[in-house]
Amino acid sequence: MNDLIQQDFVINLLIFVLATFLGIELIRHVSRLLHTPLMALTNAISSVSIIAALIVMSESSNGFILALTTIAVALAFTNIVSGFMITERILKMFRRRLDRK
Amino acid sequence: MNQNIIQLLYIVSIFLFALSLKWMSEVHTSRRGNWSAIAGIIIAILATLSAFQINRLDLLIVAIVVGSMIGAPIGLKVPMTAVPQRTAVSHAFGSLAVGLVGVSEFFQKGISADPVTTAVLCGEMILGFLTFTGSIVAFAKLQEIIPGKPVVYRGRNIITISTLITSIVFAISLVLYPGLEIAFYLMIVLALIFGLLLVLGIGGADMPTVIAILNSYAGISAAALGFILDNRLLIVAGALDGSSGLILAMIMSQAMNRSFVNVLFGGVGARMAVVEQSQQDRVTQTYSSADAATVLLSAKNVIIVPGYGMAVAQAQHVVKELSDILLKRGCDVKFAIHPVAGRMPGHMNVLLAEANVAYDLLWEMDKVNPLFNETDVAVVIGANDVTNPAARTKPDSPLFGMPILNVDKAKTVVFIKRSFGPGFAGVDNELFYLPNTMMVLGDAKNVLSDIIAKLRNTGR
Repeated sequence: MNDLIQQDFVINLLIFVLATFLGIELIRHVSRLLHTPLMALTNAISSVSIIAALIVMSESSNGFILALTTIAVALAFTNIVSGFMITERILKMFRRRLDRK
Repeated sequence: MNQNIIQLLYIVSIFLFALSLKWMSEVHTSRRGNWSAIAGIIIAILATLSAFQINRLDLLIVAIVVGSMIGAPIGLKVPMTAVPQRTAVSHAFGSLAVGLVGVSEFFQKGISADPVTTAVLCGEMILGFLTFTGSIVAFAKLQEIIPGKPVVYRGRNIITISTLITSIVFAISLVLYPGLEIAFYLMIVLALIFGLLLVLGIGGADMPTVIAILNSYAGISAAALGFILDNRLLIVAGALDGSSGLILAMIMSQAMNRSFVNVLFGGVGARMAVVEQSQQDRVTQTYSSADAATVLLSAKNVIIVPGYGMAVAQAQHVVKELSDILLKRGCDVKFAIHPVAGRMPGHMNVLLAEANVAYDLLWEMDKVNPLFNETDVAVVIGANDVTNPAARTKPDSPLFGMPILNVDKAKTVVFIKRSFGPGFAGVDNELFYLPNTMMVLGDAKNVLSDIIAKLRNTGR
């Protein structure tokens, strides 16, 4: 049983390392112009942690845990909504210039 | 829903996230990138909701409604000048969410968890909570609720680091003795205090790096949550965010020629009092905006150097107006963007884009620096430390070694500044005392409006 957990952990670690390399390669090519919207975007993407809150929420009927996870869902959802909206607003401004050329 | 289908949907969502970052590399595909990420997150949420039955739908709906009601106004209304603050807030929200889920999971699994899981969980909570308080302080500094100057005192680094180490010690004891609840609380409290102390000691000018580092932490803690829940989507999304923050932090600290450690623990701005005093009696030449306009009238080529002062004065639109007038007069205009100008990576680019400045006029530091020699006028608008020649010439300056924009090489420097106060690094600017520098004191927006009016009156 313990062995199984360890194996899963190792595979997950591998995924983490590979994803980090992928991220570094992708981000390195992002134009300097776009670093601010990039930050807003990756922030919204990492708010996919909302699914962690949802999973823990579904597994519990304990009031305390429900309260914490509800707050977590609200916080993550705030980030998702504001993050994508701001990214869109910023990118539109850049886009406007390009269209006019 | 079938577990395999969920996993497949998660893979689709991972693919969309990776694609989204790929598309973010260029302006013309960037909006597609944003929509691809939105699609990814919607798929992830729907797949999760169908796989895990939520019994308390009422709570879920409340959370979603509250989240939208806070998120939408932020997303729609925040002015571009306040984007760094909003980024700090979003790091605070994201890391608090991750921290709270960690706490819930700890109480859920309790002592039944295996040591590896507990260790990861502790790491995740420490990272989440320190990022939370760190981001709150960053927000307070950027919003100028608290002074942007670093809070430095004797033994600051030792105190700061020992809170972190103690927090980790409690985490280790929690792994060894899972029943030890007091260790759990102390670990969290100390992580909260560490975040607070860490960012309090960092000055406003270092915020681009700090924000990038906090971004990275927020991502890594989300990935750690993925380890605990054995959720690979979370691991990948967190890793992408974590590596993005890391790269940005590296670019920022390279642009200042400093290491992360130096940014976090250097406390720049603390030992400057002595330097400032010795320069009290030096002569500066203050001019009016009319003088500045006269110089600009005869200029053939101009480089505009925007900095944080432009953001504070919300002067990006007048700056654009000035550049339009100069361009119309047949003058060659460039904008020189230092990587750490402003308070977050890419801050100046966004403000100038908002004001509709064509981005082929924006020049990066390496490319624009050789051109200052042949430039008639460099107009510096609230950019202080990134133009300070002391970075090249004075080995005892805290800025020494930092790559700067060589505005001092221009024939004339028009320096628009609110007051003679030093920059956020607390360092006096050598540029003020050069014979070719014209200091124009005042709010950037007012000064520029005056200059524009004078240029207009003089006709063409």
